[in-house]
Amino acid sequence: MAYDQSTDAFVAFERVQKSYDGETLVVKDLNLAMPKGEFLTMLGPSGSGKTTCLMMLAGFETATHGEILLDGKPINNIPPHKRGIGMVFQNYALFPHMTVAENLSFPLEVRKIGKSDREAKIKRALDMVQMGAFGGRRPAQLSGGQQQRIALARALVFEPELVLMDEPLGALDKQLRETLQFEITRLAHELGITVVYVTHDQTEALTMSDRVAVFDDGRIQQLAPPDELYESPQNSFVAQFIGENNTLEGVVKNITDGLAHVQLDSGDIIDCKPVNVSKPGERTKVSIRPERVEYNKDRLSPDAHTLKAEVLEFIYMGDIFRTRLRVAGNDDFVVKTRNAPDQVRLKPGQQIEIGWLPEDCRALDA
Amino acid sequence: MADATQTNAGASGRAPDDASGQAQDSGATGPVLAADGTPLKASLNRALRAQKLRALALIAPLLIFVLVTFIAPIVDMLFRSVENQIVSETLPRTVAELSDWEATSNTLPDDATFDALYYDLFLASEYKNHTRLGSRLNYEQTGMSSMFRRVGRDVGDFGDLYLDQFEDLDERWDEAEPWAALMAHPGYLEDAAEWRESRDADRIDPRDTPAPRFRLAPGIEDLLPKTAQAYTHYAAFMRTEEEETADEDEPWTLVSTMLYEDLMAASAADIAAYDGPMADALQTAHAAAPDFETMTRKAQFLEADDEWGNLDNWATIKVYSPSYTSGYFLTAVDMKLGADGIVSQPEDQQIYGLLFKRTLFMSMVITISCILLGYPVAWLLANLPMRSANLLMILVLLPFWTSLLVRTSAWKVMLQQQGVINDVLVWLGVVADESRLIMINNQFGTIVAMTHILLPFMILPLYSVMQTIQPSYLRAAKSLGATPFTAFWRVYFPQSVPGIGAGSILVFILAIGYYITPEIVGGTSGTFISNRIAYHISSSLNWGLAAALGTILLGAVLILYWAYDRIVGIDNVKLGG
Ligand SMILES: Nc1ncnc2c1ncn2[C@@H]1O[C@H](COP(=O)(O)OP(=O)(O)O)[C@@H](O)[C@H]1O
Ligand SMILES: [Mg+2]
Repeated sequence: MAYDQSTDAFVAFERVQKSYDGETLVVKDLNLAMPKGEFLTMLGPSGSGKTTCLMMLAGFETATHGEILLDGKPINNIPPHKRGIGMVFQNYALFPHMTVAENLSFPLEVRKIGKSDREAKIKRALDMVQMGAFGGRRPAQLSGGQQQRIALARALVFEPELVLMDEPLGALDKQLRETLQFEITRLAHELGITVVYVTHDQTEALTMSDRVAVFDDGRIQQLAPPDELYESPQNSFVAQFIGENNTLEGVVKNITDGLAHVQLDSGDIIDCKPVNVSKPGERTKVSIRPERVEYNKDRLSPDAHTLKAEVLEFIYMGDIFRTRLRVAGNDDFVVKTRNAPDQVRLKPGQQIEIGWLPEDCRALDA
Repeated sequence: MADATQTNAGASGRAPDDASGQAQDSGATGPVLAADGTPLKASLNRALRAQKLRALALIAPLLIFVLVTFIAPIVDMLFRSVENQIVSETLPRTVAELSDWEATSNTLPDDATFDALYYDLFLASEYKNHTRLGSRLNYEQTGMSSMFRRVGRDVGDFGDLYLDQFEDLDERWDEAEPWAALMAHPGYLEDAAEWRESRDADRIDPRDTPAPRFRLAPGIEDLLPKTAQAYTHYAAFMRTEEEETADEDEPWTLVSTMLYEDLMAASAADIAAYDGPMADALQTAHAAAPDFETMTRKAQFLEADDEWGNLDNWATIKVYSPSYTSGYFLTAVDMKLGADGIVSQPEDQQIYGLLFKRTLFMSMVITISCILLGYPVAWLLANLPMRSANLLMILVLLPFWTSLLVRTSAWKVMLQQQGVINDVLVWLGVVADESRLIMINNQFGTIVAMTHILLPFMILPLYSVMQTIQPSYLRAAKSLGATPFTAFWRVYFPQSVPGIGAGSILVFILAIGYYITPEIVGGTSGTFISNRIAYHISSSLNWGLAAALGTILLGAVLILYWAYDRIVGIDNVKLGG
């Protein structure tokens, strides 16, 4: 898919900025284009401006600068109730004085849809979230998960093409969250709706989305499908933020044929893939995923650079072993290995050598 | 549409994450037993009882305080609104005689009744009770107060007629000691002399050690029963009111009158058989009595004040002779107890019904004005940023820090005909100088001033309820396609109703009993029932009527509260989050 062509994008942010107080920019130069039917997640630490972006899209905040396009048309001047965007709030925002069925009926009534039509749509929406039996209840009589299902049904009942969800599962326990994650993605795909989903939970982002926009400091740090995000982080923030990550700091010695030699602060030299370093002398943070580190010498290529390491801790986790090492002065270097019959179990205090494939070791910005 | 979704309940069943506890309601029936075999309920109750007692002990001081200072006065007020012992206590003999007199007979009560009235009123005027009774009966029948006051002055002289004639026979009938010798027990006279001696020597304080208790001479009660009774009353009066002994002063003319009656009734043989002190004087008097000049008591009363010949006055005394009366309540609803049952007050005296209606109506108008003015302010308070909201809150609370009198008087300055608002209107040319608006000393003034004064009581509960309504509800409504007005009306407003309810109850109940503001700016057409209550408490001193009006007001509030509970539901009232 040609994602970045804003011409055929369904939702587009163009150079959008937002400031609440006129002093600091909460959103700095946001550019984003989404095709129809995409499930896009905005992922980022708290305060990074995700909700603000969502609120600008929904129409509850106005952009200080830039343009937001929906289906090719600028919507900056359209009031929220005319945008036809479904929305699910973190605290559900179900109307407490109405029953579940009345809550669902509300968007249909304001659209002046006839009674029989309304009833059919409500029934379908409730069945869709498996809450068909709960139409007569009040929100207060439902559990958190049930309320979230109703909130979802309410956002979908009037058949919007775009649905926004702001940390909808934030208040639920882990198991429930996983069930609902699955259901939300299933529904989104079945109905073919476009979804902008906000979360600060990276697992949620990775498992649910077509693409993830990693937010930090009011900017999108990287916008990519989950696998790319994990395997090829574009900068050290993304590398740190997504999944577990080992960082070593150093200076670029030279770059040849797409291979960079980096001299670590401890003096060791390693081979890396240059991602956003371009010339010798630059400082860099080198990122290696724990499961890509190898300490079984037989499996390393003979010419690979290796580093000396001391085992600090060995944790048996069932499916994997997690070993903490001291590498080049870094005490938090983690190695994850699969629990296989031939796998070596290290002991604290043991001195070993570790290595990796140059393409798994990414030299990022400092 | 709820039906449609409900019928399909069974099929789709419970959602997978239905954590709400429908789990164990199909368990074993029968009472659940605790470990020791007693029913669980009983052992739970036992466990809770100690806790409850401890909690009760904690609040006991407050509970007692409230009971003593709040509940007790209310009970007293309820009691006063029906209590009416003053007539039967002040005129016990008259009330007894009146029991078989009917006002409808169109004749004045018989002589026996007037005799009883004489006796009662003589005592009452000595004890100075007759004016209180007069004022009490005056509430029911105007003119009765002066009737009692006048006769109270004269009743002491009724007996002079007999006293003078006894005196003409024997000087001793006008002296203290011979009377005492005749009536009192010798033992009493000795005790009295001894007590006087101590008192005169300042050895005792008569307030701490009252004079000895009076005792009648032996046999005198059989010989002169009425005289003995009257003299006993006299002696008791001397002892408690004057702090003297009976033989220090000549007795009341009442005693002379009774002596005349006794002598007329006594046989010559009995009188002759008496050989105690004053035996000679008694015999002379007995012989002369039939030739005495006399006058019926009825004639004496009518001579003192011809109102005593008015049947209506007697009817009033009879109607109000029971110890408890519905009279105050009837007056409070513009009716009265007539001789022949309950009748409406004359048209021109019906004021309470009007006042009650006006009080309720104006309280309602004030409540509605408070809602209309307070709602937007509360909304602002709940939605403005913290700093501006705090400032606004101070403005809302400012009236609380200003004296009620000052605030009300300020409205007088604003609203009067030469006041600020009229001046501005005239200056703007909106009204002509000679037709300045009358905005004070009428209902308008009262409504304006009271709305202003009671506004905070509406704003505060509204504010605290609105604060709990999250802004995300409005956003959700708008995102679902509702216009800002629909979002407000269907989502925000229903959630703020509990605040309106709480504020309305507060404002209405405060307004219905408000007093100072209507008094100052209400004129005659803008006063409330409470102003009338205050008048009866402090000016007319008709506490019974004030209590009855207050009781009706209390009843009206309770009925409204009940109606509110039925219509809106009292659990829908929230004073805070
Ligand atoms: N209504 C507002 N007024 C002022 N500042 C706000 C407002 N909403 C959010 N902010 C600020 O904007 C920044 C981004 O907030 P937000 O978009 O809510 O972040 P996120 O949803 O990623 O946690 C935060 O620093 C927050 O304090
Ligand atoms: Mg947020």
